[in-house]
Amino acid sequence: MHALALLAAGITVMGAIMVITRRVAVHAVLYLVVTLLALSVVLVMLGASFAAMLEVIIYAGAIMVLFIFVIMMLNLGQPDSQREKEWLRPRAWLGPGVLAAIVCMELLYCASPLSGPARLPVPITAHDVGLSLFGRYVLMVELVSFLLLAGLVTAFHIGRHREGGH
Amino acid sequence: MTYPVILTIVLMPVVLLGLATVLTWVERRLLGLWQDRHGPDRVGPGGMLQAVADGTKILFKQDWVPPFADRGVFVAAPAIGMMAVLLSFAVIPVTAHAGIAGDMNVGLLFILGMMGVGVYAVVLAGWSSNSKYALLGGMRAAAQMISYEVFMGLSLLGVVMMTGSFSLRDIVAAQAGLWFIVPQCLGFGVFMLAGIAETHRLPFDLPEGENELGAGFHTEYSGMKFGMFFIAEYAGIVLVSCLVTTLYLGGWRGPWLPAGVWFALKTCGVVVFFILLRASLPRPRYDQLMALGWKVLLPLSLFNVMATGTILMLRASL
Repeated sequence: MHALALLAAGITVMGAIMVITRRVAVHAVLYLVVTLLALSVVLVMLGASFAAMLEVIIYAGAIMVLFIFVIMMLNLGQPDSQREKEWLRPRAWLGPGVLAAIVCMELLYCASPLSGPARLPVPITAHDVGLSLFGRYVLMVELVSFLLLAGLVTAFHIGRHREGGH
Repeated sequence: MTYPVILTIVLMPVVLLGLATVLTWVERRLLGLWQDRHGPDRVGPGGMLQAVADGTKILFKQDWVPPFADRGVFVAAPAIGMMAVLLSFAVIPVTAHAGIAGDMNVGLLFILGMMGVGVYAVVLAGWSSNSKYALLGGMRAAAQMISYEVFMGLSLLGVVMMTGSFSLRDIVAAQAGLWFIVPQCLGFGVFMLAGIAETHRLPFDLPEGENELGAGFHTEYSGMKFGMFFIAEYAGIVLVSCLVTTLYLGGWRGPWLPAGVWFALKTCGVVVFFILLRASLPRPRYDQLMALGWKVLLPLSLFNVMATGTILMLRASL
């Protein structure tokens, strides 16, 4: 169980690195899908299978498909691939790379036996998620729904405006 | 893991692929019957070996990747589709005990997730082929499948609310008295339509509509890669039929006959209904298909969720 979780976590990190370094946009999105799927395996290992399935359905299954849909519409070609290559110079990735390495080391320390015995994962069911969403965090849910509605109305308005040809 | 589970994991893909292959012949014979012609009847008794002949032919075809295609993605696309469909079968409970992970507590969500991943097969095939018909087919598929996934998920919510669980085995157990097709008839209708659109079958096969798009997303595919799309589509039909059986038709429940037989009979019935739809209905226009989804099916499935919730609340308060 532990080895499987580590393997999935490793694939997550590798996939994330590949996302940044790919030059073809669709390849990057595909690695992001792999990252999300591996992440959902990690979530299952932690006992949060409901969150894992939502991750697969919403992020891997819907949002990423929309990303690919947009990229297909844009029809990126050779010049974009060239530009991506220019953006990947050491000066651009050195700073973030060092910061990410620090976070990685912290993570490794947390996972190692030095930081004490690991806690056993407690399975979280859909029932628990629902209870906390509409019990303890109901105010947050309402606020988020306000925000989403505002975003939806704005997107609709902007889309209409363009169509009118102003 | 116990021995029978491992055996099931090994056997299930073999059985399913065989079933999907035979289904190609069954479909052509039934279409022949309904359209008053013979269909394939030359190879073997009643044409039964036609599927074997087709499989052999397609295996020996040249395995060709177009030079203008994105090679890696082009090869991966059919495999993604096949894997997504086969993985979904892992949580289908054939009987109360048979099946691989029938009592997984998020089984229904797992299937929805795998269907979401299955969209990639079609979209990536369209993109990586680097040809305009394939691209148009892929874009249609993306829009159609994402939209219909929404209605599919919403139409299932009624069943989940009545059961109080996402586990498919619990859902079948909850249909002891009455099959969910009666109280959830609205959800059933939406689910059937969404199921056809999700497997992009006629009459909703706009991503591969041959009168306007060549062959749509698989225009550039040939040989066994095309065969994998083809078989994955038929496996998808079996999957949706299994789901309809499990969610709305009481799963393995039924008198006299053993549980597995009932499950198989009901599933076959739904598959035949799918083929009958293909034989009898014309294809709508693409914008009509999308309008039907967002203007009719979405309000209907939302109404179904609301009505189910209200009735459950009223019943609980009495």
